[in-house]
Amino acid sequence: MQSKQEYIRNFCIIAHIDHGKSTLADRLLEYTGALTGRKVQEQVLDQMDLERERGITIKLQAVRLAYRARDGREYQLNLIDTPGHVDFSYEVSRSLAACEGALLVVDASQGIEAQTLANVYLALEHDLAIIPVINKIDLPSADPDRVRRELEDVIGLDGAAAVLASAKLGHGVDEILERIVRDISPPGGAPDAPLRALIFDSHYDSYKGVIAYVRVMEGRLAPGMSIRMMAAGGEFEVSELGIFTPALVAVNELRAGEVGFVAAGIKNVKDCRVGDTITNARRPAPEPLPGYRKAKPMVFCGLYPVDGTEFGRLRDALDRLSLNDASLVYEPETSMALGFGFRCGFLGLLHMEIIQERLEREYGLELITTAPSVVYRVTKTNGEVYEIQNPSQLPPAGEIEKMEEPFVLASSMLPQEYIGPVMELCQGRRGVFRNLEYIGPQRVLITYEMPLSEIIYDFFDRLKSSTRGYASLDYDYLGYREARLVRVDILVAGERLDALSIIVHRDKAYERSKLIVEQLRDLIPRHAFEIVIQAAIGQRVIARESIRALRKNVLDKCYGGDVTRKRKLLERQKEGKKRMKQVGSVNIPQEAFMSVLSIGGK
Amino acid sequence: MEIGIYPDDRGPTAAGYARNKMKVGVYLHVPFCRRKCAYCDFVSYPAAAADMDGYVRAVKTEIARRGAAAGAPPMAASLYVGGGTPTVLPVEALVEILDAIRRSFHWPPGLEATVEANPETVHRSDLERLRRSGINRISIGMQAAQDALLAVLGRGHRLDDVREAVRLARRAGFESLNLDLISGIPGQTTDDWRRTLEAALVLEPEHIAAYSLEITPGTALYGRVERGEVVPAPEDRVLEMFHATREVLTCAGYEQYEIANFARPGHACRHNLIYWRNEPYLGFGPAAHSCWQGWRWANERDPATYAAHLDAGGLPVAESEKMDLRTEMAETMFLGLRLRRGVERERFRRRFGRDLDTVYGVEIARLQDQGLLEERDGCLRLTERGLPVANVVFEEFL
Repeated sequence: MQSKQEYIRNFCIIAHIDHGKSTLADRLLEYTGALTGRKVQEQVLDQMDLERERGITIKLQAVRLAYRARDGREYQLNLIDTPGHVDFSYEVSRSLAACEGALLVVDASQGIEAQTLANVYLALEHDLAIIPVINKIDLPSADPDRVRRELEDVIGLDGAAAVLASAKLGHGVDEILERIVRDISPPGGAPDAPLRALIFDSHYDSYKGVIAYVRVMEGRLAPGMSIRMMAAGGEFEVSELGIFTPALVAVNELRAGEVGFVAAGIKNVKDCRVGDTITNARRPAPEPLPGYRKAKPMVFCGLYPVDGTEFGRLRDALDRLSLNDASLVYEPETSMALGFGFRCGFLGLLHMEIIQERLEREYGLELITTAPSVVYRVTKTNGEVYEIQNPSQLPPAGEIEKMEEPFVLASSMLPQEYIGPVMELCQGRRGVFRNLEYIGPQRVLITYEMPLSEIIYDFFDRLKSSTRGYASLDYDYLGYREARLVRVDILVAGERLDALSIIVHRDKAYERSKLIVEQLRDLIPRHAFEIVIQAAIGQRVIARESIRALRKNVLDKCYGGDVTRKRKLLERQKEGKKRMKQVGSVNIPQEAFMSVLSIGGK
Repeated sequence: MEIGIYPDDRGPTAAGYARNKMKVGVYLHVPFCRRKCAYCDFVSYPAAAADMDGYVRAVKTEIARRGAAAGAPPMAASLYVGGGTPTVLPVEALVEILDAIRRSFHWPPGLEATVEANPETVHRSDLERLRRSGINRISIGMQAAQDALLAVLGRGHRLDDVREAVRLARRAGFESLNLDLISGIPGQTTDDWRRTLEAALVLEPEHIAAYSLEITPGTALYGRVERGEVVPAPEDRVLEMFHATREVLTCAGYEQYEIANFARPGHACRHNLIYWRNEPYLGFGPAAHSCWQGWRWANERDPATYAAHLDAGGLPVAESEKMDLRTEMAETMFLGLRLRRGVERERFRRRFGRDLDTVYGVEIARLQDQGLLEERDGCLRLTERGLPVANVVFEEFL
């Protein structure tokens, strides 16, 4: 399946969640014979169960299709998948950089969404040819004309050029393939130049080591070649080259313009980061490809095993997951309340949830997750500046000169009737209004400058619920800004639950504290004694609740010698407590820790 | 005041258990009732439709087969005939079964032998017959002194029937008599409960078992609660009644020797002590439970299935489990702590060959810190505060 450059087309699909990207990808595979019917489980591009359930793609992947076009020639089409969530925008930018064109899939009823828009802008920055596809035209609510106008008004594309399709029914697939061949330019890049290959994804395979997905921009890759990672610096020998059709096929060469994978006995994805450039160690390129950036975690939380003896297993599981995920960072942390665990950094909230779920699902770990926090910058009175990821690292109030927190530019696209509630929500979250722009007669794009901490705290759920699910959200990092922040500690029966400490804006401290202690009051079961729950800033208690003592808990019926039943009742009772954390003499259920994260969500 | 139940009995040693030289409590389950009480989740079937002959034949077979399996007839430590309602069986049938027990077990003179009875099912001649055949203790289900509350429980008797039953039992020569009482009945006030206790005291029983009502899924009462027809007693009131029980009965000269059991000196129920000390017992009849030679088992619940196993030459065991040391120690703790005296350290050491603190030091220290356990006379026991929340303490030992 080697082709001359002029017969190669590299493209990706940009779409909002649920707008039909995966289905369309399936159809393209089917049409070109890469998939016969549903032989491979549906939606092959979404590898993991988790991805399938959430309907999003976490890891990118590339598939090579052979397509005989109407001009009678056979083309090599490389479909590069992109993740659809804001947390992964850097990965998106790298896969866009590997393409010359993109299919922009828009739901014929829903129209363009904020995330899509953000990705389209990224694609335009990379000079990609964009082929708009209006999908789901079979639905009764489809309004392709409206979407055409949106394409013109918002992005400036020719709405008339959009392909009308129904990926579900297979309509429009042939036209899309023709348009890929016609509208997207073949890749450039001299095959004889020194090698420069862009890594747009990687994953760890226990047999082959790290598999790097690459787009060869210049030169060529061959088995046996000594390669060097231009940013990370490591040198390796290529053991295998291949492509996915979607079945894995080994090849002897990947030339400029082609997409495929490289295995080189690399042990850790951190040596093979997305965005890095692979070059020939013997004949290195003078410059790496532009755009490399080490992924920086934005959101942190503590992960603790419910059962303290599982700490080792948790560490192993994180080691394993990080083999595949260069953006996951973690370091051991000790909490007085929760024992030994890890402070983990994630690209965003979704990334955090995915890792948590994978740890629980794939590794069978029961975890307690602390409230997520961002990285705060603290300047001490002695001039020292440092970053803290954990409220417990905050120095005493007297030593703090100033505190800064990360701000983002949040943009949301929504039907105009929800402008009021959304602005109210953003305002309530300390947002600073930036812009409101009509992108069609009914829809607007609102932008606010907001503290990231407010966004990771239940913002998306609130946004969804105040717009009946119509609003989409995207955000871009702006930088640090000074804010009046305080640490609120939570005390249960006089013991500080360090895991529940939060850093919060002074004006919000009372409201947040009240919610937390109320939620704890409802979630901590009654004990044989009264339990007082307090929220405090330093020594000052700002909210208080109590759980009255359990009065009576004794099974005193005569059971005619049925001790087994009695024992099982007690065992069940105890089992319930096992899933709790014991702090002092109080058993605190996991939900209590989780609740701090979701307060306001109900 | 301390009740010397087994003044000379220091409890078995581990070796004693292994050699199976233990005395054994004998329990007979009669799974028939005239009617099912609204709160009852014990195994019982309508007496009118029951194959009583089949039951008697099967139970005698079970007793004989177990006795034969034990080799030499074991020494009975107590006998308890419960149900159901044992007194719905024709008295001669009951006597026949008692005879079968005598053939397979040593029945020493003065053995505590209890029969349960509902007030409406006792007849003078039957009681005398039972008394003559060695039954010397009777347990009467009085439950409440208010007929309206008895109706909520679905009982088939009134307070007057209780008085009459007690009179008949005394006349028949029962010198040890227990009254079962239930607190926490929907609609019951603490005053109602105090009047129940006083009405019971007037009858001068040697023993009073005062339980809090448990409304278990599957019972008629549970259904009524679910449908909102009756409201369960609030927790605070149940606790108030629990304290009232202790106050009233203690003042009247009864000792609380177990969470729900009160006795005059010398009248603690030996059979129940066997359960609470986690010592061996053999149960006969459908749904009866046994604990013997390191095993626990439960018989088939359905009388026909039960009989079929025996007819086929086997034993009617439905479920069994082998006790491991850990479980046996845990059970010894949560059963023993029900006793007011608590768990005797020396008895524990003799039985398991290790000290209580070696096995449960951490748990004991924590519970003592919380004021739920205390040390007294070489025993570990619940404190006053620990009594009503005993389950919280018990589970620590599992």
